[in-house]
Parts: sequence; C-alpha cells; structure tokens
Amino acid sequence: MPFEALVAGCLAYVALMFGVAFAADRAASQGRVRWLDHPVVYTLSLSVYCSAWTFYGAVGYASRSGLEFATIYLGPTVVFTGAWWGLRRLVRVARMHHVTSIADLISARFGKSNRLAAFVTLIAVIAATPYVALQLQSVSLSFEVFATDSLTDIPLAGGGGTALWVAAGLALFTILFGTRNLAADERHHGVVTAIALEAVVKLLAFLALGVFVVWGLADGPADMLGRIASRAQDQGWILKPDRWTALLIVSGAAIVALPRMFQVLVVEAADEDRLGTAGWAFPAYLFAMSLFVLPIAVMGQQLLPADANPDLYVLTLPAQSGQNWLAFLVFLGGFSAATSMVVVCTIALATMISNHWLVPLWLGLRRKPQGDDPEDLRGFVLNARRVAILSVMAVGWLYYQATGGTTTLASMGLVAFTGMAQVLPAMIGGLLWRGANRNGAYAGVGCGFLLWLAMIFLPSVGIGSPPPLPAGVDPLAFAIFLSLTVNMLAFIALSIFGMPDPVERLQGLSFVSAVDPIRHSRLARGADQAEPLLVMARRVWGAEDALRFFRSEAAFQGKSGYLPDLTPRFLTRLERRLAGSIGAATAHAMIDSVAGGAELTVSDLMEVADEAQRAKEETQRLENATAELARTARQLREANDKLTALSVQKDAFLGQISHELRTPMTSVRAFSDILRTPDLSEADRDRFAKIIYDEAGRLTRLLDDLLDLSVLESGQAQLSITPANLHDLIERALSAASATRPERVFRVDREPLDEYVAVITDADRLLQVLINVIGNARKYCDAEPPVLTIRVRRNLRGGAQIDIIDNGSGIEAGRQALIFEKFARLNDPARAGGAGLGLAICREIMANLGGEITYLPGQGGAAFRIVLPRRPPVPVDAAHRLRA
Amino acid sequence: MLDILMIEDEPNIAEAVRFILTREGWQVALHGDGLGGIEAIRSGKPRLVILDVMLPHRSGTEILAELRNDHDAGLAATPVLMLTARGQATLHLPQADAVLAKPFANDELRAMVRRMLN
Repeated sequence: MPFEALVAGCLAYVALMFGVAFAADRAASQGRVRWLDHPVVYTLSLSVYCSAWTFYGAVGYASRSGLEFATIYLGPTVVFTGAWWGLRRLVRVARMHHVTSIADLISARFGKSNRLAAFVTLIAVIAATPYVALQLQSVSLSFEVFATDSLTDIPLAGGGGTALWVAAGLALFTILFGTRNLAADERHHGVVTAIALEAVVKLLAFLALGVFVVWGLADGPADMLGRIASRAQDQGWILKPDRWTALLIVSGAAIVALPRMFQVLVVEAADEDRLGTAGWAFPAYLFAMSLFVLPIAVMGQQLLPADANPDLYVLTLPAQSGQNWLAFLVFLGGFSAATSMVVVCTIALATMISNHWLVPLWLGLRRKPQGDDPEDLRGFVLNARRVAILSVMAVGWLYYQATGGTTTLASMGLVAFTGMAQVLPAMIGGLLWRGANRNGAYAGVGCGFLLWLAMIFLPSVGIGSPPPLPAGVDPLAFAIFLSLTVNMLAFIALSIFGMPDPVERLQGLSFVSAVDPIRHSRLARGADQAEPLLVMARRVWGAEDALRFFRSEAAFQGKSGYLPDLTPRFLTRLERRLAGSIGAATAHAMIDSVAGGAELTVSDLMEVADEAQRAKEETQRLENATAELARTARQLREANDKLTALSVQKDAFLGQISHELRTPMTSVRAFSDILRTPDLSEADRDRFAKIIYDEAGRLTRLLDDLLDLSVLESGQAQLSITPANLHDLIERALSAASATRPERVFRVDREPLDEYVAVITDADRLLQVLINVIGNARKYCDAEPPVLTIRVRRNLRGGAQIDIIDNGSGIEAGRQALIFEKFARLNDPARAGGAGLGLAICREIMANLGGEITYLPGQGGAAFRIVLPRRPPVPVDAAHRLRA
Repeated sequence: MLDILMIEDEPNIAEAVRFILTREGWQVALHGDGLGGIEAIRSGKPRLVILDVMLPHRSGTEILAELRNDHDAGLAATPVLMLTARGQATLHLPQADAVLAKPFANDELRAMVRRMLN
C-alpha cells in the first residue's frame, strides 16, 4: 500500500475518533449522558489495558515463551472474577472522596499528604513514560512494515518522524478532550467513548486476523491444534510456577494500579454498579483477545522467515499473504491499541503531575499575596495539565529517540506493571486496615520502589545489572517477590509501630468503613464567613460553577442567597469537590490557607472520636436491625417447616392407622367368608374361628391404644394422683407382664431395699408404663438365659428414677431416637403383636406425670430410664380453681 | 410349575389367601418377608406373584421394581397382583398388573387371580 494511502487512511480514522469524542462531549454537556454511561461503554473503555504491547507483543511473547503470555490476561480475569467485591469497594470509596488518580487516592487515605502523592506520581512517571515510548515505537514500526516505500525517502517521516507526528497528534487530541473542563466530578466522556470505539476496532481486527490464520492459512482448528502441539514439543514449553505466579500477581495488580487503568476503572466510573456488567464482560473481552494469540504465533514461526520480528507477525502475516485490507484493519487495530493507551495514560499522568507537582508548587510560591488574589487558579490548573500532557508526550518521544526503541515490546510493559504494583500494598492496606498509616505507606512504597529501580528498571534501560542469582532462580520472578514482600513487611511494620495523625485517623475510618463521615471536624477558625471561600472556589471552578455550588449549599441550609454558613458539612463537601479538581492534599491545604488553622486541636480530636463512635453506633444499629429481620425470617421459615413436617407426619400417621386397622379386618373378613364353605373340616373351622377371635381382639386393642394416646396427647387425661410405693408397683408390673411370652423364664435382678420409695403419682398410669417396658423386654430380649435388671434410685429433687435393662442385643443407635414415635414397631411384627403405639403412649403418660422416659444407650441390652418427679405438676386449670 | 407365589408377612392373611386359592386347584407357595422375596420369585418362577406392599425389611414396591428390571425378560414380565392396606390413596402402582385393597371379598380375589392366570 502506498505511503500516502496509508497516511490518508490513518487520518480518516483519526478524524473519526475526533468526531466521536466531540459528539460525546457535546452530548454530555447537554446532559444526554445516558448511553455514554452505559456499562458496555465502561467495559469497553477498560480494554485500554490491551495496549500495543498486548496487540503486537502478545504474539511475540508467545513465540518466545509459549503459554506464558496468558498470565497477562489471566491476572486481570482473576481480579475481576475473584475480587469484584474489592473493586466495588475501591470505586465506591474513590467516588465518595472525588479521587482523581491513584496518587490522589493514596494521599487522601494517608492524611491528605501531598508529599506522598508527589512521590507516587514520581513512580508513575518513571514507570509509565517508557511505556508511552513503547506505544510510539509500535506505531512507527507498524508504519515501516506496512508502507511499501522506504520511509527514509519521505520528508518528515524518516528516523523518528512518524513517532513525532503521532505524538503530536495524540497530544492535540488529549489536550482538546482531556482538559476541556475542570468540573468537580472529573470525567471525560469524549475520550472514553472514543476509546470504547477503538476497543471494538481492536477486537474485530484481532478476531478477523485469527479467523484468517486458522481457516485461511491453516486447515481449520484441528490442523491448528496439531501445529501448536508439535510446536510446543519442539520448543519445549515449560510452565515455570515461579514466573507464572509472579506474572499473575503483577498483572492482577496492574489492572488496578496502572495510572491509565485507575483512570478508566475508578475515575471515569459513574458508580460502582458499572462493575456488575464489567465483572463478566471484561474477562470475556480479554478471552476473545487472547484466543488467537497462539495460532498467530505458531503460523508466523512456520510461514515467515526466521529473522522476522515476532512482535510484528500480526502485521506481516496478512501482508505477506497479500491480504492488504485485512492487514490495514490489523494496522488500525494496533494503532487503536497504541493511541488509546497513550491518550488515557497521558491524561492520568498529567492529572497527577499538575495536581501533585505543579499546583502545590505554584500555591507555595504564591502564599504571600493571599486572599483576594485576582489570579485565576482554574486557568492555571488547566494550563498546568496541558503543559504536563505535552511534557509526558515529549519525554516519551525523546525516550524513544534516545534508546532507539527496545528490542522486545513485552519487557517494557512488564517494567511498568511491576513498578506500579509497588503502590498496591499501601492501597489495599489503606482500604482494609484502619491501622495503616502514612509512615507505613512511605516505607512500603519507598522500599518497593528502590528495589524495583535497582533490580528491574535500571537493568532494563541498560544501567547496572541485576544482582547475581543462583542458577534456576528466575531474575524477574525473584525481583517481583522480593520487592513486594519487603514492601508489605515495611508497610505493616511501620504502621504497627507508628501512630496515625488525626486527619489520617478520620480518613482511615472513612476508607475502611466506606461510610461518609460527613460532619467531620474541620472547624473554621479565623474565617467567619464564606466569602473568601467563594473567591477561592471561583478560582478553581470558574464563577458560574462556584456560585451554583454555594447557592445549592445555602439552599440546603435553608438560607437564601449564595453564602452558606460554615458548617462542618459544608466545609467537608467543599473540600471534597475541590479535591475532585485539584487533588485531596491541595484542596485541604487551600481551605486551610483561607479558613485558617492547619493543625487540629484536642477538641477537634474529641469530635473525631465522637464521629467515629457515632458512625460505629449507626452501623451497629443497622446491623442489629438486619439481624432482627433475619431472625424473624428464620423463625417464620422454621414455623413453616414445622407445619409442613407436621402435615407430612399426619399423613403418614393416617396411612399407618389405615394399615393397622385394615390388616386384622382382612383376616376377619376372609375367614368369615371361608367359614361359610360347606365342606370344611371341624379342625379348620375351629382354627379359623380362633383367628377371627384373635384378630378382633387385636382390633380392639388398637382402638383402645389410639383412644388412650389421643386423650393423653390432648392433655385431657384424668389422673388420679395418690401416694404409691415403687416396690409394690414393680411387683405388680412383673407379674402382669409375665403373661407375655410366658415360655421365656427371666432371671430378674433387683435390689428390693432401694425400691421402697414413696412417690405421689397416678399409680395405674405408672403401672401401665412399667408393664409396657417389661413386656417389651420379654418380647424382644434374645439372650439366653434372659436377665432383667431393675434399679431404683432417688434423685436430688426428691423424685425417683427406675432403670429397666435387659441383656439382649438392644436397639441400634440409628433407631433409638425413633422408638418413641407412633407405629415405630421394630423387627418382626408377628413377634411384637402390638400396633407399635406402646412406647409412644409411655412417653405421653410420663409427660402427663411430669417425668420422662428415655432410652439409655450403651447398657449392653435394651435399657430404659423412667424419671419421676416427687409429685406431678399442678395443671393450669387446677391451679385456677385453687386460687378461686 | 408353580402357579402362584405369595409374599405376605401377616401369617393369618397368608393362610386365608392360600386356603382360598388352593381350593381352586392352584399350587400356592408362600414367602413371609420382604428379605429374599426377589430370590424366591427367581427360584420359584411362578406364573403369578401376589405381593404385599408393606413388608418388613424390603417393601413390595422395591421388590416389584427389582423384578421389572430383571435381566431375564420372561421373569421380568411375570404378572404381579399387589395387596395394599394403605387405602385407596395408595392404589397408584403403575408397575403392577393389578392392585387389590385390603380387606377384599374372597370372590373378588378368586376372580382377579383367575383372570390373571388365563
């Protein structure tokens, strides 16, 4: 493709971007932001993560190191899917404090210290400028590949010419759309929309190329997989756990900490709900971008000459195959990746440089002619940003010119990733741990920064070399682990041993609890009216915006006019809004300079403490209310479960009754019919009549039991309470129960002297229980010879307990809880003879008598304990009668 | 060949049924427990199985399901008459060929068995 056509195509594309950005900005200024605020636009803007490094470099990375390139995509995926809660929290807190950059976030959290912000800005600039250079390099490399004519013959294009033009164009775009306004909620709709569009171009270009490679150059997926597999074998791709872990950590950190990522993820987010969509859509985008990396790398290695640059396979593959339009589309994709990264990165860096370097410097110099300074700070801030944008771009270009471009695209990206990762411990610690303080942040970020400088950054630009390491230790992974570990240890140690100052305490509370302590304790001293503050705000926002804010605050306080009272709420809100334009530290310093008194007093501290306490109490109250609701819901659920269970039980009970009634009736009916047969033998006739008689008796017993049980369960049972002696009752029970299986002769082991216990109870009912339990022992005890042990003991409350134990095989553990239920007949029904209501009746009787009957596990055989009170409880209605 | 195998745990009912059906000229065998019921069917290979639903250890429905899944297709297709004392509500037993609720009239039983054996 001729160079002119290429340039014309690029210019048309750039013009489109300008148009889109302009239209979006205009829509936003007219208040039509709905579609601009759509989560999809937000998600697409996050794809600024995929810079030229990922677009071109991932393929190069894959051809050099196999699968390792995937870590760069997996890290963010893990963060988005695994730590979405943390991301929401981050966005929420950052929006609450009108945070403008990652440096601003760190400074705001650690006591609004501008020095800390300036330091973080320094790291960001050092880490990111080479990264910007890298993007410029990728654009000019791609131009060289693409243009058929030699670039050196063309005026203004040779040498670094292309890069210079690109840098200039991007600077113009960034200044136009990045510094249009200085509103408190600093968002750039135009830029974000253009980036979202570029994200689509990037993705389409890469997917189109991937499809071409897999189905055009290779013979479909199966063939492709075969080629990849054989390549993997030839090259011996090995997964190195240390490198994988380190790269995952670093790329996960990058998605939050890189200046451009913080810009799109946090600063440009309308609210944290955006993350709901982005949480799955962004990983999906990354997956789509990574899908064809390996196929392209492998095809490139197989089809292109050995000396071809793997970082440019993406372009050379379609160009060599004569697919000019596809190549041009890919070129636009790479161009999009590079330009969107440069624009956002430059905006983020320029915000930091102007807010944390230039404005504080200017304010410091201007300290003397204070108050009604006619100078327009707004103009200064905007100009400072423009200068910062030009400087970043210029330094990036100079860096590119000076180094002549690095050999591989990937290494420079990793340098930036690892550098910004050093800020992460302070950021996460600041969000989660109230005890984290500024000295800890300084120490952690500082140590991490120095180690990064010595072990990663300087060697990467050819100054010094990393320390010698034993063989087998990967230098990059080692440097990452060492710097992050030292960073965290220093951060934690100094935070534990140091004391946070009052402002830090307050900010720490607000960050960690994610609640807005609106009535915080900035007290206006030295200024008794809002006029000077309005003058100051006007300098930052311009007259119109400042007046609007003051008027709405006054209206909130119920005042007419535009000068609100200097309430803590107003001052807090003013400072937050100012912070959105010029950073937390500067806003803090400015209000101090007008409202006076930079230091907090003891009474302020008391108020801070009160505030913390109030916030805590409020949270506690809410938690209690929530717990209360949860408790009610649980009770309702339990009640419902119980009713359901009862209904199921009732059905089962009716089914059982039906079975128990119908079984004897079946015999009765069948044999009655048989008896009418004429030629029946006398013996049969007698036997069948006896069966009918027995079964009728069984029916009667069942009906008696059922009736008895229902009376006992309803609490309507008439008890005749008299004094009784347990010895007599046991004697009577033994003799009555001996009718059950009289052929079994039991040895009964008793201690009669202990049995002389007088109790006040319903003797007949207690006897019924004893007969039932002893009868069960006679029925079921399978030992030879059978032994029954009866022990009576007084208990402490004047009552008694009777243990009845046989030496049979007992009841298995799983069924011990069931035996007191209705129809819980065990084993062979023929041997039991009853309907299975006996123990259920016993349990009800004992409940009526104020005692209980339980199964005693682990006694060698079946063992029951009957516990009796000294006297039965007085029923409620009886108690009424007594009182009357 | 065995005509009828009855699996029923209530000895009196079992005796009544055996008496009624033996007098009709059929040969009737008895198994008194859910346990081993399926083995009794396999070894007896009866022309008809009379199966009680509520059996100790292993219910009639379980035995029926196992019979229907037997790998011997001829055995699996053995006609089965289920007896239930759970009332009309539980008469829905799709794998059984016929269901008789207890208590039943002796004529009813005779007619049903005759129909199933022919």
